Amino acid sequence: MAFESLSDRLQESLKKIRGQSVLTDENMEDMLREIRLALLEADVNFNVVKEFIDHTREKAKGQNVVGSLKPGQLVVKIVHDELVELLGTEVSEINVDKNPTIIMMVGLQGSGKTTSAGKIAKYLRDKKGKKPLMVAADIYRPAAIEQLKTLGETLDVPVFAKGTEFSAEEIVTEALEYGRTNNNDVILIDTAGRLQIDERLMKELENLKAIANPDEILLVVDALAGQEIANVAQSFNDQLGVTGAVLTKLDGDSRGGGAISIRYMTGVPIKFIGTGEKLENIDLFYPDRMADRILGM
Amino acid sequence: ARYREIDDNYFEELENILIMSDVGVNMVMTIVDEIKKEVRLNNIKDPREINEIIADKMFVIYANDSIMTTKLNYAKEGLTVILMVGVNGAGKTTTIGKLAHKIMEEDHKKVMVAAGDTFRAGAIDQLAVWAERLGIECVTGKEGGDPSSVIFDGLKRAKEAHADVLICDTAGRLQNKVGLMKELEKMNRIIKREVPDGPQETLLVIDATTGQNGVNQAVEFSKITDITGIVLTKMDGTAKGGIVLSIKDMLNIPVKFIGLGEKIDDLQEFDLEQYIYGLCHDLMG
Ligand SMILES: Nc1nc2c(ncn2[C@@H]2O[C@H](COP(=O)(O)OP(=O)(O)OP(=O)(O)O)[C@@H](O)[C@H]2O)c(=O)[nH]1
Ligand SMILES: Nc1nc2c(ncn2[C@@H]2O[C@H](COP(=O)(O)OP(=O)(O)OP(=O)(O)O)[C@@H](O)[C@H]2O)c(=O)[nH]1
Ligand SMILES: [K+]
Ligand SMILES: [Mg+2]
Ligand SMILES: [Mg+2]
Repeated sequence: MAFESLSDRLQESLKKIRGQSVLTDENMEDMLREIRLALLEADVNFNVVKEFIDHTREKAKGQNVVGSLKPGQLVVKIVHDELVELLGTEVSEINVDKNPTIIMMVGLQGSGKTTSAGKIAKYLRDKKGKKPLMVAADIYRPAAIEQLKTLGETLDVPVFAKGTEFSAEEIVTEALEYGRTNNNDVILIDTAGRLQIDERLMKELENLKAIANPDEILLVVDALAGQEIANVAQSFNDQLGVTGAVLTKLDGDSRGGGAISIRYMTGVPIKFIGTGEKLENIDLFYPDRMADRILGM
Repeated sequence: ARYREIDDNYFEELENILIMSDVGVNMVMTIVDEIKKEVRLNNIKDPREINEIIADKMFVIYANDSIMTTKLNYAKEGLTVILMVGVNGAGKTTTIGKLAHKIMEEDHKKVMVAAGDTFRAGAIDQLAVWAERLGIECVTGKEGGDPSSVIFDGLKRAKEAHADVLICDTAGRLQNKVGLMKELEKMNRIIKREVPDGPQETLLVIDATTGQNGVNQAVEFSKITDITGIVLTKMDGTAKGGIVLSIKDMLNIPVKFIGLGEKIDDLQEFDLEQYIYGLCHDLMG
C-alpha cells in the first residue's frame, strides 16, 4: 500500500538512528521530519503535529540525545511518552455514582452515537450492575427511534420513546420522570447527529443539557476521521462542555490519529472505544495501549 | 488577496491548507510542485494572477486526461442497477433517498430500492421511510437474513414491475473485514448474473470528514467491485473531503455527486471547479 502505517514509518526512521551510534543535529531533523509525515498520515491534526514535533525536539535536546550512545532507544521512549501524555496518561472511567446518572450522547452524523448508547447500556448493566434506560431523542433521522428500540429489545433494556411528534426537549423531560418512577439508575440520551455549525440543532443540545443536567456529555467520534475532527471536537466542547469522548470504528485499519487531536485540542479524556458493530464491542480507552498501537510496540 | 508576494511563505500556506483539507501529503507535494513550476515558467509575481494558475493546475492534475462525467450510466435497455457501498455511517442509505429523487425528477425514470442492509438495527425501516417519502417500492427481506437474497428479490421484482432503475442498499462495512467483503462480492455477483452489464453504477460513499483511511477504503472496495464513482457526503459541514484528490490520483475514481445535507434535494453533481475553489478559498481570498 501507498501509505506505510505510522508504526512502520516510525520504526523505519528510528531504525536509521539505531544504526548510528551518535545522533547528530542533522539526522535528528531527518527523523523529526519522518515523524511529522507519519503523524500526518495517521490523521493527527496539523497544528497538533507541529507542537508535538517541537516538544519532541526540545525533550530530545534536554535529555542530551545528541551525542549520546544509544540515541535510538532514547528517542523511541521520548516519542512514546509524549504520545501517552497527549492521550491522557490514565484510564478515565465514566462517572456513574449518582442516582440517576444521566449520560447524553452527542456528535456528528453517523459517528456511532446510537450504537454506542446501546453498548454503554450493556456495559453498565453487565459490569456495574446498573439498571439503564435509553431515551430516543433523535426525532430527525428516519427510523432512528426504531434503531434504538431494536437495540433495546436485543439487550432487554427499556427504551423511552414518544415518536417524532414531540420535541426532543419534551421527550427528555418526560423520560427523566419515567426513569425516576421506574428506578432506572442510569439514563442514556441518544441525540440526533448534527454539524457543530448548525446553530438550531446546537441550541437544541444546549436546551437538553439545561433540562437533563447530565453527569456525562459524551462526544462520539469516528476513528476514520481526518484533520477537521479536532475543530469539530473543540466546537462541541466550547458549546456544550463535553466530559468525555467515545472513539468508534477502531476495528478498522485507520490509524486513529484523531484520538491525539481531540485530547490535545479539548483536554477531554477518551472514555470508551468502539471495536465493532456488535453491542459487546466496547472497551475502555487505555492511552498506553493506544500509543503502543500507534508506534507498533 | 491576503498575500502581497508569491514567496516560500505563500507556498507553505498552500501546502498547509491542502494538508488540513485531508489531501494526502504526497498528493500535496505533487500539486504544490506543479504550481511552483508553472509560476516560475510564467514569471508570475502578482498574487492576483496565481489564483487562476492554482485552479487550472489542480483541475488538470485531477482530470489527468481521464473522461469524467457526473451523468449516470443507464442501461441501453432494460433495468439499470446502482449498488451503494461504503464504510459504516458514511451516508449510503440517505444518499439512496436523495439519488432516487434526483433520477425521478430529472431523468423521469421509474425507481425502486432494495434493502440490502439486513444487519444494522433499523436499517430496513430507514430505507422504507425514504421509499415512502418518494412514493416508490422498497423490496425488503428479514432482519438478519441473507442480503444477497434481498438483492435477488429486488432484481426480480424490478424486472416484473418494469422499473428503470433499482438502487441497492448495503450494510456499512469496514474494508478490512474479510467476511463482510466476501458478502459484498456475492451481492455483486448476483447482480452481474441477473442483469447484463450490471451493476451499471457502483458508488462508493465517502464521508467528507474522512482522513487518510479513505484511500484504503477505495483500494479495498475496488478489489471487490468495480467502483464507478464516489459520492462525497456531508460537504455541508466544515470538512473539505480532500482525500478524494488522493483517491483520484491513485485509482482514477472520480467524484460523481456531493451530499450537502439530510434533505431529499441535498445532492448535487460534482463540480470540480467549484470544489477546487472551496479547497483553496482561504488562500485565494
Ligand atoms: N465497525 C464498527 N462500526 C460501528 C462502530 N460503532 C458504530 N458503528 C456503525 O456505524 C454506523 C453508524 O452508527 P450509528 O450508531 O447509527 O451512528 P449515529 O451517530 O447514531 O448516527 P446518526 O444518528 O445518524 O447521527 C452503523 O453502521 C453502526 O453499526 C464500531 O465501533 N465499529
Ligand atoms: N449533514 C449531512 N448529513 C448526512 C449527509 N448524508 C448523510 N447524512 C447523515 O449521516 C448519517 C448516516 O447516514 P446513513 O445514510 O444512515 O449512512 P449509511 O452509510 O447508510 O450508514 P450504515 O448503513 O449504518 O453504514 C445520518 O444521520 C444521515 O442523515 C450529508 O450529505 N450531510
Ligand atoms: K465543506
Ligand atoms: Mg443515531
Ligand atoms: Mg445504511
